[in-house]
Amino acid sequence: MLQAVQKFYAKSESVRAYTMLSPALILIILLMLIPMILMLSFSFFTQISFVEIDYTFTIQRYIDFFQKNLLVTLLIKSVKISFLVTLVTLLTAYPVCYYIAFYVKKNKMLWLVMLTLPFWTSYLLRVFSWKIILGTKGVINSSLITAGLLSEPLTFLMYSETAVIITLTHAYAAFALLPLYVSLEKIDFSLIEAGRDLGLSRLEVFWKITFPLSMPGVIGAILIIFIPTVGDYVTPALLGGTDGRMLSNMIQAYFGKINNIPLGAASATIMLFTVAVVTMVVSYTTKKLTQRIS
Amino acid sequence: MNNSFIQINQISKHFGNVKAVDNVSFEIQEGEFFSLLGPSGCGKTTLLRLLAGFEYPTSGNLLLDGSDITALPPDKRPTNMVFQNYAIFPHINVEKNIQFGLRKLGLTNEEIRERVNDVLSLVKLEGYEERFSSQLSGGQRQRVALARALVRQPKVLLLDEPLGALDKKLRDEMQLELRTLQKNIGITFVFVTHDQQEAISMSDRVAVMSEGKIQQLSTPNELYKNPHNIFVSDFIGETNFLKAETKSKDGEHINVSIEKLGEFKIKNSLNISENSSDVICSIRPETMMIDKEKSDWDICLEGKIKQTSYLGEITKFYIETKEIEKIITVSSQYFDNQSFKNNDCFISINLDDISLLNKK
Repeated sequence: MLQAVQKFYAKSESVRAYTMLSPALILIILLMLIPMILMLSFSFFTQISFVEIDYTFTIQRYIDFFQKNLLVTLLIKSVKISFLVTLVTLLTAYPVCYYIAFYVKKNKMLWLVMLTLPFWTSYLLRVFSWKIILGTKGVINSSLITAGLLSEPLTFLMYSETAVIITLTHAYAAFALLPLYVSLEKIDFSLIEAGRDLGLSRLEVFWKITFPLSMPGVIGAILIIFIPTVGDYVTPALLGGTDGRMLSNMIQAYFGKINNIPLGAASATIMLFTVAVVTMVVSYTTKKLTQRIS
Repeated sequence: MNNSFIQINQISKHFGNVKAVDNVSFEIQEGEFFSLLGPSGCGKTTLLRLLAGFEYPTSGNLLLDGSDITALPPDKRPTNMVFQNYAIFPHINVEKNIQFGLRKLGLTNEEIRERVNDVLSLVKLEGYEERFSSQLSGGQRQRVALARALVRQPKVLLLDEPLGALDKKLRDEMQLELRTLQKNIGITFVFVTHDQQEAISMSDRVAVMSEGKIQQLSTPNELYKNPHNIFVSDFIGETNFLKAETKSKDGEHINVSIEKLGEFKIKNSLNISENSSDVICSIRPETMMIDKEKSDWDICLEGKIKQTSYLGEITKFYIETKEIEKIITVSSQYFDNQSFKNNDCFISINLDDISLLNKK
């Protein structure tokens, strides 16, 4: 019997592959697939009272979502904030990675470790430290007031969209640095020299050669920042105030104190769908755009 | 014809403490196939990169066609480079790679198309316009790199070991092709290589480099027949070195005592001083004769064959003699590894084939 099992096992490549995959597979099924299916199903139900849910199928929750101006506004705002965070991160991380990839000769690893150093502490701690920096009695405001440059603290710094964008940009910078660095590091420097040799200026070489070739890293960075930031609710909750609130905070409320699980589930599904569409559009257009440039 | 198309005046390039190029001066003529030859780290590539504008010299200046180009960036120089790894842009196809350098020349679309077609037929790559670098063989990539550089019609084409990555057969083919191409289009080629056979078979003149300095600059024939020093003699081709000591001069000749062979009157073309033990004699393996019987040549030694290597067109014999300390190498077209049954042989040397060199 045992021998038969062993024989079967040795023969079948796919059985062996699935066995090795099984821990990850079980984890994904339990923690991702089942919750997703549950969420999707709940979005088609109705909350009757605080504890009761009507399990008959309806698409009314989706209609509710689009009839509530607040939810649609928050969705657009979430996408807008994430878009800005992605843009700012790319604009700041790209030059740094470019510098490390092409100009740092020794200890590249040290540079990368130094850059990712803040990420060794917890996300929450980092969000709170931004509170200390940006707050009305925070580092920026108090030093500006002490220096006599301001009479009143800058209010837009804290509990605002700006605060959320700054904090999220910093929080996800490391995730952008790595794919960008890898894609730039891979570029053969002689390609850049060849571009110069063929009569192009530094800037032209960047647009025609370096940037298109670093595209995989750029798209990777866009996805890796955009996807999690749309759904982030810690930073907007702690630093956003009313101005910086995002859809995710509403979803949290629906599952929590408002207790309308079906509407929360529907909102989450819509957000998931939006993220999927936006990412596809972004990566497709960036690809097309680069092809046009070169 | 301008005698000094490219002038390299006292060029030095230091990287920290390393003198990659050390106070080098020479001239390259228009339309010349000029090679920079040397072992890796000798400064030949640095010198080429200085010409291309990828590096700027620590001191000295560069003149091209009468104008100073020392401080010009690469995009402003009338030079183009064929890179060692070809550096074909992977994200665009062959046609666009070749057009790449034409954007800034202010040509009409018609002219661009014409130039691209001309250069494609020149390097025999018609029909490959749509291919990407990843879909080409090594030889084809090399042709694309060549076409991309030539399409700009540079005054000087710089080639950085372009044949290094090709297999032997293809390399031999490309050597001939490059040479023919250069003669046909008449552009000055500066060719960097570490392969002495490649350099001497293709070039009009060769500069042999070592430790950042030019060791010898001459035609391939001169280089092989009259090496100026022990480095060149050793680097170009194969040779046997014999211990020697100079005695008295005798006009253009000098009396030299070589190992235990005795004293001989040898041509002193390098004007080596009398009574010096800092000299060495060099004899090429193919200039000596191996035979079963004694000959009436200037020197004839009895020897024992220790080892042979059969190479097809020639056979190399490694021979031990009483008079010479080291095993000497003799090559022969007539005899092969099966010719000498009991390993006894005679080797004959003509005095004309012995060259006297300074050790330093």
